[in-house]
Amino acid sequence: MKGSWRDLLRRWAPYALTPLIILVALPAIGAGPWLTLTVAGLTMGIMLFLVASGLTLIFGLMDVLNFAHAAFVTVGAYVTVTVLRPLVGWTTQTSLMLNLLALLVALIAAAVASGALGFVFERLIIRQVYGAPLRQILITIGALTVIEQLVIVIWGPEALVLPKPASLRGSVFIGSSPIETYRLAALAVGLAVALAMHLFLRRTRLGLVVRAGVENREMVQALGYHIRRVFIGVFMAGTALAGMGGMMWGQYQETVNSQIGDSMTILVFIILIIGGLGSVGGCFIGAILVGLTTNYVGFLAPKLALGSNILLMAAILLWQPRGLFPMAEH
Amino acid sequence: MTLAQQGDRRPVRWLSWFVSDDPPGRIPLNIFMLAILLVLAFAPFLFPGTKALGVSARICIFVILVASYDLMLGYTGIVSFAHTMFFGIGAYGVAIMLAKGWVGWGAVVLGATAGAAVAAVIAALIGMLSLRLRAIFFSMITLAIASFAQIVAEQWRNLTGGEDGLTFSVPAILRPSFHLFAKPVLGITVNGPVITYYIAFAVALILFLIMLRVVNSPLGLVLRAIRENEFRVEAMGYQVVAYRTLVCVLSAVMAALAGALMALVLRYNGPDVTLSFSLMIDILLMVVIGGMGSLYGAVIGSIVVVLAEYYLQNVLASISAAIVGMPVMSALFHPDRWLLWLGIIFVLIVTFLPQGIFGRLRSRR
Repeated sequence: MKGSWRDLLRRWAPYALTPLIILVALPAIGAGPWLTLTVAGLTMGIMLFLVASGLTLIFGLMDVLNFAHAAFVTVGAYVTVTVLRPLVGWTTQTSLMLNLLALLVALIAAAVASGALGFVFERLIIRQVYGAPLRQILITIGALTVIEQLVIVIWGPEALVLPKPASLRGSVFIGSSPIETYRLAALAVGLAVALAMHLFLRRTRLGLVVRAGVENREMVQALGYHIRRVFIGVFMAGTALAGMGGMMWGQYQETVNSQIGDSMTILVFIILIIGGLGSVGGCFIGAILVGLTTNYVGFLAPKLALGSNILLMAAILLWQPRGLFPMAEH
Repeated sequence: MTLAQQGDRRPVRWLSWFVSDDPPGRIPLNIFMLAILLVLAFAPFLFPGTKALGVSARICIFVILVASYDLMLGYTGIVSFAHTMFFGIGAYGVAIMLAKGWVGWGAVVLGATAGAAVAAVIAALIGMLSLRLRAIFFSMITLAIASFAQIVAEQWRNLTGGEDGLTFSVPAILRPSFHLFAKPVLGITVNGPVITYYIAFAVALILFLIMLRVVNSPLGLVLRAIRENEFRVEAMGYQVVAYRTLVCVLSAVMAALAGALMALVLRYNGPDVTLSFSLMIDILLMVVIGGMGSLYGAVIGSIVVVLAEYYLQNVLASISAAIVGMPVMSALFHPDRWLLWLGIIFVLIVTFLPQGIFGRLRSRR
């Protein structure tokens, strides 16, 4: 009996971590701010998930850790600014429908632009370094620098403002806790994208091929699938997701500068390490954990906020050296 | 035929011992590297002026920093992003000692030693905890830890001065007002900064030769074997983790000493100068452009990139002045975009010249 209890505990402990943190935070913070912070944390987590999931899929399938992933976040955010500028008539009106339509257009534009850049990037940069981890790190770091500088060449070195649409400013009150409207919208959009991704990976044939490729690339190839084409598709999808994350993050912050991607890189890496490299489910839980921790600690001990995620990562690594949901092959 | 094999030409053999029987390459290349050494040795007299002196000192310091990074990247095949953290620890060691009001050589030595010791302990901890995992994990973890160090430096105001950093006085001999000789020597006043330069130069040379000795020792051979085939080395009975941790510690100590020199030269230290991620990018640029896996490459890389940092802006300014009318082109050649061009060169070198400039020169037949 004792052994099976231990097994059960080991299997479910990674899942129980997030609810546990939420519950522990409740008495520590007090019910009013707790609700606000939890929603804020979930929103931040879901935005981070969009960025991190692309990276973890690319890593799982192709064994490529793209250090330039942040560049696609930046590109997504800047494309949003460009797209929303002519749509200013839609965003300044208080009509929720027009506002959401404008954001949808921006989201699609950011995804398309980042995905297209991802296609070129895979062709020019990644293709040469499959199977050479050292050169992968170096070349993608170099490419990150180049793309960031090109962004400055195109959009200028100054930070650009990106005001939220009229009807998504301000807060709604649940009980006595204020919750920013934009956060609720972002949470909904993020969950929709995550759900779409889940359905794609679990319910479609192509999703099956991708999952199988993560498990065993050679076998998928031997069964007659053109793995290179799957690579390109997944790479474009991953970078498009990063672009979406950049769009939502930039819109949330209301300013966009060339460092917007860099500011996320470290959080995204922490998420990947926490969740287990290559695991999409682990990535989701990791992202939510990081989002919640940042907000809770930011409230309780503002000085620790920036470092809290790194401490969280260290704690989890000491407990599970390969992350919460390690993949078999990696 | 290497220098060592050329019979009993005494001075050559002595020189060869000096560089651990690992000379740069054939005769022209040896002469070229020797010329670089001589130029650096007489830099204050060859290139007078405060800016030129600063550039030369920066080159000397970066040679240590980059060569010690190459111990990990080029010789052992580990990618760390925490190298600037160790550099910063050394710099803060000296800066804190001097800024707390104790101005003297004791403070400098104690600060540098304490910095190196702290760096060694942290490197050993990181190494033991994360070098067991895949290389990619180590890179990501060091990236996170380095940013944590930057946060600590920015937040711990009492100790580090926060984002403003620390400005401090160096020992009297190193101040600009100190003159070693009453009259100028060869037209140059030998003042504090010149003496500081020579300290940096001498320490850089000694540390470089020590590292050269290390990579040509049996230890260096094991490190290269780990880079080539980790499993085989493990199977032969070597503790791969222990060797990797050892090289991390060694490299961290070297970086901390380089940081201590940096603090002496600048008479200032802050998070942007010694801890920023852009500095880490600079180090990577230098290692890759110079050539991974040969310490001499660090010399070439440091010189190329430091000169580019200081002078590429001037070149770009003159280009952009010439094409002032064209909208996109003038943005591409804006003096502030020097990092763009360096980045492009970096990607091209990784793609087409993976052995770097020095590697290419050395392997020429």
